[in-house]
Amino acid sequence: MNNTLTLKQTIDKLKAKELTHKQLYKDLNNCIDTQNKKLNIYLTIDKNAQKKSEELLDTPLYGVPIAVKDNFCTKGLRTTASSTVLDHFIPQYDSTVIKNLKNAGGVIHAKTNMDAWAHGSSTETSQYGRSLNPRNTDHLPGGSSGGSAAAVAADMCIAALGTETAGSIRQPSAWCGVVGLKPTYGRCSRYGVVAMASSTDSPGPITKTVEDAAILLNQIAGHDKYDGTTSTQEVPDFTKSIDKGVKGLKIGYIYKDIKGLEEITKIFEKEMKVFEELGATVEVVDAMDPKHGISIYTIVQRGEVSSNLGRFDGIRYGNDRSHFGDEAKRRIMLGVYTLSKGYADQYYNTAQKVRTLYIKNYQELFKTYDVLVAPTSPGFAKKVGVTEGAAMFGELEDLLLEASSLSGLPGISIPCYRDEKTNLFYGMNIIAPMWREDLVIQVADAYEKATNWNTWRNKQKAGE
Amino acid sequence: METITTDKNTYKLVCGMEIHAELKTKSKMFCSCKNDPFGADKPNIYTCPTCLGMPGGLPVANKKAIEWTIKVGLALGCKINLFSKFDRKNYFYPDLPKSYQISQYDLPFCYEGVVETSYGPVKITRIHLEEDTGKLQHKVVDGKKVSLIDFNRSSVPLMEIVSEPDIKSPEQAKEYAKKIRDLLRYLEVADCDMDQGGMRLEANISLAKNNANELPNFKVEVKNINSFRFAEQAIAFEMDRQAEILDEGKTPIQETRGWDSNKSITFSQRTKEDAEDYRYFPDPDLPPIQFTKKQIDEIRKDLPELADDKINRWEKEFGVEKRYSNLIFDSVEKANILESAFKQVKEANKLANLLANKKIQFVADDKQLIAKYNKMFAKDEVDQSDIIAAINTVKDENPNAVEKFKAGQKQVVGFFMGQTLRVLGKKIDTKDLSKLIMHELEK
Repeated sequence: MNNTLTLKQTIDKLKAKELTHKQLYKDLNNCIDTQNKKLNIYLTIDKNAQKKSEELLDTPLYGVPIAVKDNFCTKGLRTTASSTVLDHFIPQYDSTVIKNLKNAGGVIHAKTNMDAWAHGSSTETSQYGRSLNPRNTDHLPGGSSGGSAAAVAADMCIAALGTETAGSIRQPSAWCGVVGLKPTYGRCSRYGVVAMASSTDSPGPITKTVEDAAILLNQIAGHDKYDGTTSTQEVPDFTKSIDKGVKGLKIGYIYKDIKGLEEITKIFEKEMKVFEELGATVEVVDAMDPKHGISIYTIVQRGEVSSNLGRFDGIRYGNDRSHFGDEAKRRIMLGVYTLSKGYADQYYNTAQKVRTLYIKNYQELFKTYDVLVAPTSPGFAKKVGVTEGAAMFGELEDLLLEASSLSGLPGISIPCYRDEKTNLFYGMNIIAPMWREDLVIQVADAYEKATNWNTWRNKQKAGE
Repeated sequence: METITTDKNTYKLVCGMEIHAELKTKSKMFCSCKNDPFGADKPNIYTCPTCLGMPGGLPVANKKAIEWTIKVGLALGCKINLFSKFDRKNYFYPDLPKSYQISQYDLPFCYEGVVETSYGPVKITRIHLEEDTGKLQHKVVDGKKVSLIDFNRSSVPLMEIVSEPDIKSPEQAKEYAKKIRDLLRYLEVADCDMDQGGMRLEANISLAKNNANELPNFKVEVKNINSFRFAEQAIAFEMDRQAEILDEGKTPIQETRGWDSNKSITFSQRTKEDAEDYRYFPDPDLPPIQFTKKQIDEIRKDLPELADDKINRWEKEFGVEKRYSNLIFDSVEKANILESAFKQVKEANKLANLLANKKIQFVADDKQLIAKYNKMFAKDEVDQSDIIAAINTVKDENPNAVEKFKAGQKQVVGFFMGQTLRVLGKKIDTKDLSKLIMHELEK
């Protein structure tokens, strides 16, 4: 079945004429038809995708279908951010990342489910129902880009796009056993992405392999005159980091002694040896306690959310504010509170100062280490229904990611363990200094190729 | 205002002004849409996802607008914040599509300047840059009352100039506001069309006891005044209104009032109880702005000679009186054309006078101006025999006057001059003419 091909394989086969677009879409659509009803991954599918594909033969992405999170504005294709407030919203414009993708010959095949407004780490806040984890349907895919990670895991797409504010690409990627790359803040344009927390939102690829992530990042990254926070520096060819190895690199292993991570730490200690065998040095090192990240993130993000969602005031877009779900309402209320007169200094402004401390702590660590590694998520994918009554669920799940997200750093999550009984995964998060996606790709690629955890690289060994 | 019984001398006016002016940059403040809300022939034609506040729309700051704001600040002697940023001012109104206005909170581009008026200086507190809102239109469509929104004006750059409460009279307020308008026009950064709302005035008005040193503990804000005369009237009205309240031993309530230009009164719009909390915070979509001293110096270098300096220099160099200069130019471009003309005419002050009194209409070309001026004073080439013939015609027509001259009444020469010019119908040098007439009369 061609839907199980990686992005690299698909492009190569299409180019070599070993595969037709017709066959590719047929296999994908079969997979979607049999699985989507149960997994609830796609909210909107573009029926004309195949036709568009066939006109894109001389492009880098060769008309390959891509699934994108439903918070990217897609011209003429409904965009809801998984909230019924936008149930009827058909954008008149493409977000820059989507435009870049289309210009490179990518085709938007489907829009994926997510936590409503990207609020959450489970897809359970989606007003179109939760998605299920294709690896084990009793479990959640994580979030907020849960639909995109699940689509990749279920082979319902060749590759996908997500967005991350603090964990929203990497956490679902870890839970679904796929690769998720969160680029440096400002590497990929936010223009046309339904804003969540403007100061940390970062679009990025969710893929089957690290190489696929590099291929996709090459096409979506770059300065955008419509987004003043994008960087003007040149985008390197990230595929050059593939097969470079890690010999001589210095890796810092952080968060080893955090309470509650005992199980995953056992696995990690073993996996660190992989890097040593490949010629890198690994050292356990202390980093600033990630728990403050939760407070900062909660304050900064709620404040920005309360302002960003104000535009959905019932005058435009059809549905009014009664359509906001409980999670959005909670965040708006908390955000309004932290920004009100007399409290802004106490909360928002203080949070920004602590954020600076994290940034400095990372800068210090990167003087010694090329990359830092830690578990992506404290554990395996949680069971369906677990978020009920747990307002801070996402923040606790994203504990290990928020500090690096708030610091704007690039990071990648790759599968680093699979539990044979449950078929659920652990993810390894690799972070590097700003603008060094090349390093996280280099290290992740070396690890992926040296181990058996990637189910596309090693179907037999991973038991699929 | 005959009904006022208060002794006005008991109180003194404490008044500061906030002036909003739309800058005339080519594109809007935070997107590349055309900035021409008044020139648009249809609503909502100059719009994009950003100024419509669509999901995913992002602002990018207009550099020109920032430079112009600093230019105005420098012209008003302001200090410049080298590090500045934009903040979000959150509030709900249908003409505000993002539900927040991008403005500047604690780090405006310019601060601490001054405007000299004939009643004394008015200090500038700050000048900041923000975006204008859309415009609501309340209409009847198909028999139904509807409110429509035109976003052509949404995100047009809007400069706000805030003064200290230094204004001591309604007349001073008027002069201050006019000076600001003149400067913005002179620097060619804003048209300040008040009828269309391109410039809007607000006055913060309160009264203090004449001998008081502290500021009053209340403040009445009169908003959206769209003419200098109304500003003057509104302040005068408020002075009387507040004096009456104070005379009764009460304190006027802190509130926002509007100006009713038909009734010439202010009226209450909003009291302090429903004053809004705008939840200001730095806009995360716009990176902070860091200037170097060198960049500011460059803007300063590009600043044209200011109107007051120019007027003083013209007086010295060309003898042009200030009372004329004040009336004849409102832009650097005009001033340059005038100066070039002043250099080339014999009597620059005469040209200025003619322009000020509209005897000569201004044209944007110094050669044409000079031609107009010369035409007014040009002497016709006339043959001396023609003049003599004309004098003799007058002589023949007025034998009595000739007799008078012969009897020693030399003043009739004046009469002869006038008559001769009439007969000639041409302009000639009158100095030679009188000699010629005497000569002929003595014959």
